[in-house]
Amino acid sequence: MTERHPIPNFVGSHDSERLMGALKRGATRRDILSMLLAGGMQAGLAGGLASTVMSAHAQTPRRGGRIKVAGATAAATDTLDPAKQSNQTDYSRCNMLYNGLTSLDGSLTPQPALAESFTTSDAKTWVFKLRPGVTFHDGKALAPADVVYSVMRHKDPATASKAKVLADQITSVTASGPAEVTVVLAAPNADLPVILGTFHFHIVKEGTTDFATGIGTGPYKLKEFKPGVRSLVVRNEAYWKPGKPYLDEIEFVGIGDESARVNALLSGGMDLVGSVNPRSVERVKGTPGFAIFTTQSGQYSDLIMRKDVGPGANPDFALAMKHLFDREQMKKAIALDHAVVANDQPIDPTNRFYFAGLPQRPFDADKAKFHLQKSGVTGKVPVVTSPAALYSVEMALVMQQTAQRIGLDLDVKRMPADGYWSNHWLNSPVGFGNVNPRPSADVLLTQFFQSDAAWNESRWKNPKFDQLLLASRAETDLAKRKQMYADMQTMIHQEAGIGIPLFLASIDGHTSKLKGMSPIPLGGLMGYAFAENVWLDA
Amino acid sequence: MNAIVLKLLGQRIALALLSLLAVSVVVFAITALLPGDAAQEQLGQDATPEALAALRVQMGLDVPGPLRYLRWLGGLLTGDPGTSSTTQLPVAQLIGSRLPNSLLLAAITALFSVPIALTLGIASAVWRGSLFDRIASSAAVAIVSVPEFLVATLMVLLFAVKLRWLPALSYVNDIESLGQLLKAFAMPVLSLCCVIVAQMMRMSRAAVIDQLEAPYIEMVRLKGASALRMVLAHALPNAVGPIANAVALSLSYLLGGVIIVETIFNYPGIAKLMVDGVTQRDMPLVQACAMLFCAGYLILVTFADICSIVANPRLRHR
Repeated sequence: MTERHPIPNFVGSHDSERLMGALKRGATRRDILSMLLAGGMQAGLAGGLASTVMSAHAQTPRRGGRIKVAGATAAATDTLDPAKQSNQTDYSRCNMLYNGLTSLDGSLTPQPALAESFTTSDAKTWVFKLRPGVTFHDGKALAPADVVYSVMRHKDPATASKAKVLADQITSVTASGPAEVTVVLAAPNADLPVILGTFHFHIVKEGTTDFATGIGTGPYKLKEFKPGVRSLVVRNEAYWKPGKPYLDEIEFVGIGDESARVNALLSGGMDLVGSVNPRSVERVKGTPGFAIFTTQSGQYSDLIMRKDVGPGANPDFALAMKHLFDREQMKKAIALDHAVVANDQPIDPTNRFYFAGLPQRPFDADKAKFHLQKSGVTGKVPVVTSPAALYSVEMALVMQQTAQRIGLDLDVKRMPADGYWSNHWLNSPVGFGNVNPRPSADVLLTQFFQSDAAWNESRWKNPKFDQLLLASRAETDLAKRKQMYADMQTMIHQEAGIGIPLFLASIDGHTSKLKGMSPIPLGGLMGYAFAENVWLDA
Repeated sequence: MNAIVLKLLGQRIALALLSLLAVSVVVFAITALLPGDAAQEQLGQDATPEALAALRVQMGLDVPGPLRYLRWLGGLLTGDPGTSSTTQLPVAQLIGSRLPNSLLLAAITALFSVPIALTLGIASAVWRGSLFDRIASSAAVAIVSVPEFLVATLMVLLFAVKLRWLPALSYVNDIESLGQLLKAFAMPVLSLCCVIVAQMMRMSRAAVIDQLEAPYIEMVRLKGASALRMVLAHALPNAVGPIANAVALSLSYLLGGVIIVETIFNYPGIAKLMVDGVTQRDMPLVQACAMLFCAGYLILVTFADICSIVANPRLRHR
């Protein structure tokens, strides 16, 4: 929610640039007034305009200040070990302390971070040139050995890294120069810079096994860390991004209870809180001095119809169910419009590989009835849901209503969130899952749709899809890659036993004084990277 | 007196230790029945067989359950409650960082609630049937019937969000002055007081009334003692036993039963630590917390028993 205050049209863009330039050089309100008056503008108008220019100037970051931020979880398992990060609170905290070789921007395109540049000729051997002059919080200069250690530790089973599957495609990481590392992959992957820009691949000091000190190259230094209670970070004066970070100090806590989180914000106890329920949005908006920040991302809750057992074995049943989604109503009534309608394709509109040309599958009871009768499925169909898969209970209930109209009896089974992922997800013939935003289309499709993927939710197997996936991974030509992803999305849309009704948004609440937020579709809180980008308005 | 009291005490403590052992077995058995283990919970959706196996070895979950239990028990007997399986931190350290917070909250609540409850309870017993008694009693019933999460949430909405007098969260990190302490604790203590004051008041009122209806009180009245003397010197000493029990029961609730208040005010107490432990299947932590709550409860109840023994002249002077 970056609000810009455009300078009114009656000053040409050239003039407004001149004014802003003058302001940046330190012009005062009086200087601006005299500049405008010199241009022949009448005094009253010039006065109003000068104020606008000054407030627009206030949008440039201000240094200093301290904020309190609350994430949605707090537990004794809170970690500073990049390999073990498991939730948004961990991501946010580690982003304060560490950097990756690359970082992901608003379209999830990798941008240089600790690596000044990255090059490849065949997508298999990659050369990363390290940025000069970067130091860790304890003063040690960043060296290739640190990168080698940080990446290779994920491959060691003893690390129990969450990114082991991603790291397994890396054959070797070697220091190929005083400020250069070469990464060799087992098979070509054009998305390596994306993968290395994800949270788990943050760079730590060579040989670190105890992460309690949180020493990285990041924008803030660790002052205090109490797992499950709070972390306190202070500005890293030697940060390698000029001028950043803006804040002096951040206090970061986790508040598990959503209403406690929102109350903490509205009572002035917090400046920024993550994971606001859509139902609290009006309350936050209605309180003067507070604002809502929405990030539309690739997160979705999906209906899984297994292709190997149960009614989903018949492709017509899956088609019937996909036509039963009243997506518009779900968007309005369940997500309260904090979502976009999806089209049973897993890649969302914020992604650079989203295929917009796929015709939207409508809510069509007649078609659903036709496919249901063709499939021959009768009797009660159990649908397993849980609060663990966001909105799945509500979605299933909406479907139950619509299904009754075509004579299909859906038996909605509500399971506790506790233990849902290990016991019900992937095991139920028909049930719901939830997929968090993935950093790249390739990671998403590899983890959830490749034939032999561990999380191939619907057990949909298509050799042609697998070939395309491998080919697209090796393809460095962006236009050709886009076409391949379009084909794969079409296949999933038509054949897979996965129904995706909506892409869900992440909602955060903050004081209006907090500026500089812009969405990064990895999740809320600027893809958890708010710390180095936000500042406090005076 | 000493022999009897000591014998009673010895029996009490032996029984308490036995209960502790039984509780540890039950807690271990029940948590083993919960779906999923610590490794599965930590990996959640990301659980692949290899990652699970690696994490299980790291957490020591590859050892069979009964053996893990015996090892833990052995450790406890030597004063070491073990290492948390999810965080790899010593359980003693985890609990040590939270227990003082819980004790502080319990102590402040007790400091306010016990005198208020006893005064109200005794007063309404003395003036039973009066307007004061009826107001106090029905208010107590009303308050005890409202769940504490409602009381706490309404207070947050009123005092923190609307009026902005008090912080919505109770922070114990930044407390430097008495004013800050009062501010931070005002709402949690108030909402806890609502629950336990009402309970203690009702029970002490009943205990005192019970005594006031006994024949010896009639004797006291006949010999011409003042109402104050009748209650304080004659009825109350005989009611100490039940009152002490009521107080002990209410206070034991403050140690582990305050999870809702801890959640609403995000107070880093030990009840939350234990709930986290359960959701993460962190057995050593859960067991240590359960032992602690059980021990706290037993200590309080035993203390109440001692109070009633010592306060009972028939036992004291035998």
